[in-house]
Amino acid sequence: MAKIRKEGKKTVPAISTASLPDIIFMLLFFFMVSTSMKEVTYNVDIKVPEATELQSLEKKSLVRYIYVGVPRHEFIKQYGRETRIQLNDQFAEVSEIRSYVEDERNAMNEDEQGLLTISIKADKETQMGIITDIKQELRQAQALKISYAAIQKN
Amino acid sequence: MGKRSVQEINASSMADIAFLLLIFFLVTTTMSVDKGLSRRLPPPLPPDQKEKLKDLEVKERNIFVVLINSKNQVLAQGQYIQVEELREKVKEFIKNEANDPNLPELSEVEVEIDGRIEKVMTTDAHIVSLQNDRGTTYQKYIEVQNELVAAYNEVRDEYSRQRFGVSYNELTEDRQGAIQKIYPQKISEAEPKNYGGNK
Repeated sequence: MAKIRKEGKKTVPAISTASLPDIIFMLLFFFMVSTSMKEVTYNVDIKVPEATELQSLEKKSLVRYIYVGVPRHEFIKQYGRETRIQLNDQFAEVSEIRSYVEDERNAMNEDEQGLLTISIKADKETQMGIITDIKQELRQAQALKISYAAIQKN
Repeated sequence: MGKRSVQEINASSMADIAFLLLIFFLVTTTMSVDKGLSRRLPPPLPPDQKEKLKDLEVKERNIFVVLINSKNQVLAQGQYIQVEELREKVKEFIKNEANDPNLPELSEVEVEIDGRIEKVMTTDAHIVSLQNDRGTTYQKYIEVQNELVAAYNEVRDEYSRQRFGVSYNELTEDRQGAIQKIYPQKISEAEPKNYGGNK
């Protein structure tokens, strides 16, 4: 026979939150390991094109980025809607690429200078004219290893 | 002296601190790993050599010309085709299994496979030339580049399966190097030309 319950208030024991910090720390470490810091804030809008045969860029320290796209909303007044180039945090002209590459290369260790890779992150609607200009500048700057940034297409 | 008990540190704010750190990392980092199509640009031409280059003719059968115009239409070997068809055509071109006189000429290459030097017939002299208009969109250009790389990867993979019984990606570096020598990736991004139209 079942026991007859006594009338009266039943108190639910409080859930122990002692392990909460541990759980959160675990999440924290997961994110610290699996993500990487943003390189810069984009001044241009970039939706990279899709491709299937991608290779990942191995060493972050050897990679420099060139961003190409239409200026973001807040910069349109100042820079217009023409496709622009961004180096580090600033807008730049095609002619500035050579000195940028040379500066970046000189800042690297001597034995790594030949491994410098330029990653071109360009919006998929960009016209090839500006990309061709960039490529020509990179050739002149002897930065021959390049990578066209893209995302995996399923 | 009596034993004084050390008061326990209150750890209830630990969770808040951890949360704060967590949110900081969530905001400032990005998940995506950088990926892309790796390419090697040709070295710059010295100004006095620009004229000379015209003399350096490559046999016509060894060149596979891909053109993309400003309306994103693809012309391969003089034929208007869709991007999807490009891969098969390039594969056929690189392999030239039937020794077709219209496809690149076969030549003997010495390759070291597993310590032994072997002679393999390959289309060593072939070049895939990609030319685009200034008005081509970047997406189309990448799509075409992607198809070209895919063609090479498939040819290498097929050879690897036939020869070693496993896919190209599972091979040791030495073997991969050997296959790369048999099917070298030769995609030339030609000097820019302006095919009419405004700049």
